[in-house]
Amino acid sequence: MICLTRRYRFSASHRLHTPLLSEADNRELYGKCNNPFGHGHDYTLEVSVRGPVDEATGRVVHIDALDRLVRSRVLEPFDHRDLNAEAPVFAQLVPTTENLAIEIRSRLEAGWASAIPGPRPSLDSVRLSETRRNFFEVRGNHEESQ
Amino acid sequence: MFITRRAEFSASHVCRNPRLTDEENQAVYGQAANARGHGHNFVVEVTLEGEPDPVTGMVFDLKRLKEMLNREIVQPFDHRFLNIEVPPFDRVVPTPENLAIEIWQRLEPHFGEGGARLHGVRVYETEDLYVDYRGART
Repeated sequence: MICLTRRYRFSASHRLHTPLLSEADNRELYGKCNNPFGHGHDYTLEVSVRGPVDEATGRVVHIDALDRLVRSRVLEPFDHRDLNAEAPVFAQLVPTTENLAIEIRSRLEAGWASAIPGPRPSLDSVRLSETRRNFFEVRGNHEESQ
Repeated sequence: MFITRRAEFSASHVCRNPRLTDEENQAVYGQAANARGHGHNFVVEVTLEGEPDPVTGMVFDLKRLKEMLNREIVQPFDHRFLNIEVPPFDRVVPTPENLAIEIWQRLEPHFGEGGARLHGVRVYETEDLYVDYRGART
């Protein structure tokens, strides 16, 4: 088995604010990230795929197919968007990088079977970095691990 | 404890399988199937697992590891056309997957019982594409 990782980038804005807390508690909890007008990041997304190497092609996954899946399910909906306003899932859910990583993983899982042709490698991990100084990783099926 | 040493080599390759048609090669490998080849600055990260020796305080002598990586990987691969000059890539497609497996097979015999063991080989083809191999057992 081999693990292949592909890196993608997108830029988006967000505001961390939950309706479950008061204005003051939101400011206290999220600090600068609670700025009412939002702010943005250059996100780096690493998608890891695990499977056997196909003997004929020497590949674990068809890279173009993986790229198309990530582009259509993640980059096109999120790149240069206001996540709170333009991504319906974040209308209620706080777009922390934790929640964004989980959302990206579930989007990739939803499109996986139809996007990756032939013998299917599995989605291993999704790693999302918000700035150069942090990253968030979702391994395995998030729903199963909850 | 894990220790990792990085090595780099620049080489050209072409990803195509002679058993497939031109159209099939193009579909599988895209631009990488261009018959004349193209090149990358490959980066290899080799990770060893072990405990620091009580006398030396080292998991493995990094000078020895550096020399091993130079001898087994950098010297044979650097500034070569892998498909033509570096067996087994005259018959094995030099995808980053197969490069990682080949590098593992070249290094693994140097790590015996006791002492550090080879934990993983990571090969970056570009900044945005890398593979990890941890041996046939995983």
